[in-house]
Amino acid sequence: MDAINIAIKAIFIDNMVFAYFLGMCSFLAVSKKVKTAFGLGMAVIFVLSITVPINWLIQEKVLKEGALAWLGSDFAAIDLTFLQFIIFIAVIAAMVQLVEMVIEKFSPSLYGSLGIFLPLIAVNCAILGSSLFMVQRDYTIIEATAFGFGSGTGFFLAIIALAAIRERLKYSHVPNGLKGLGITMLITGLMGLAFKSFIGVAL
Amino acid sequence: MSTDVAEVSQESVVVPAREPVEPLFSKRRKRIVSDPLNEDNPITIQVLGICSALAVTVQFKPTMIMSIAVVFVIVFSNLITSLMRKMIPNRIRIIVQLAIIATLVTLVSEVLKAYSYDMYKVLGAYVGLIITNCIVMGRLEAFAMANKPYDSILDGFGSGFGYAWIILVVAFFRELLGGGTVFVGTPLEFDVYGNLGSLLGITLQTNGLFVDSIGAFVILGIIIWIQRTKNGYIEH
Repeated sequence: MDAINIAIKAIFIDNMVFAYFLGMCSFLAVSKKVKTAFGLGMAVIFVLSITVPINWLIQEKVLKEGALAWLGSDFAAIDLTFLQFIIFIAVIAAMVQLVEMVIEKFSPSLYGSLGIFLPLIAVNCAILGSSLFMVQRDYTIIEATAFGFGSGTGFFLAIIALAAIRERLKYSHVPNGLKGLGITMLITGLMGLAFKSFIGVAL
Repeated sequence: MSTDVAEVSQESVVVPAREPVEPLFSKRRKRIVSDPLNEDNPITIQVLGICSALAVTVQFKPTMIMSIAVVFVIVFSNLITSLMRKMIPNRIRIIVQLAIIATLVTLVSEVLKAYSYDMYKVLGAYVGLIITNCIVMGRLEAFAMANKPYDSILDGFGSGFGYAWIILVVAFFRELLGGGTVFVGTPLEFDVYGNLGSLLGITLQTNGLFVDSIGAFVILGIIIWIQRTKNGYIEH
């Protein structure tokens, strides 16, 4: 039950984009068409659901102070927390590469539709951000997985919604200086306001 | 007059193949620094690096620390990448760049933890997120991989400051409208709403929306609007 609540919270209330500004780059750059936004959103859900649990295992079994105790009592005092950033980003980059190869092998059609977005999400802040938040919040592995999935789904919803709005926006008159990024930022603000109404939603 | 000519010709005889040395702050180099500040701003024009940094713009002071950290990381990752640019195989350059950035960010994070633990707590995960700040990667890819170290440093300063002034402006207005104060935690700290309110004999209400993420989006949207209108830049 806790895990489900964490997922719901990550999707609606603590939405990666609206509450934490994470993944903004791709959120803004790849939200011109619903179709491409869908591809990126799916890729993000996929990668987040995999990398957060893996990084959880690494944090708990390797990096944390005393985490290496399972190797023997000699290793119990080692604290490798300072390696966190490098290891996490390496895991993410490696996982993205791996996922890319697996998808290419087993589902060329999905690979074709995700295309360039897979390598791109290695540097999506939402991915690394989720792993860092997961450490900060002391989740169990089930909660961490739910959190990863929830964060991805939240990003997915946000980018699809923005892409749909921007497709309609083509037919409206926007002041010259506000075209493109400017109006998108204001829309994102309004969408964030709408997402605020989910505060307090829980099972 | 004639001696001048003689000197010049003599010099050109001594080093015939040498290119004219570019002055330390030539016009081209000044443009490397000044372009990202306004006309080619990483945030408002190139749409990079919005990810991690907006979240720390609730107050001026953490934003300042964040800006310094980002400028440091951009400048040094640019320098290191530029020094190594001929050694990095093209196929694995992304991971090499990530490793350089991650190392520098770890350094920043450890220094912050040691000397300013309060700020470390405030910035939290966002220091780590400098790694995925698209500006840093973007500059490495677009500039440092193809240019000399000194130019790369200048480019790093330009992009870093171009990024810093935008988020500092955002932070200033969010703090003013959301908390009624300016520069909290610095020597310039001033309670604007409180003083203005007592001067006018009324209580001024702060706007909670600006403490929230929504305020940051709206303020940044308006900054972009103003800047692009001023520069005449239109996105299609």
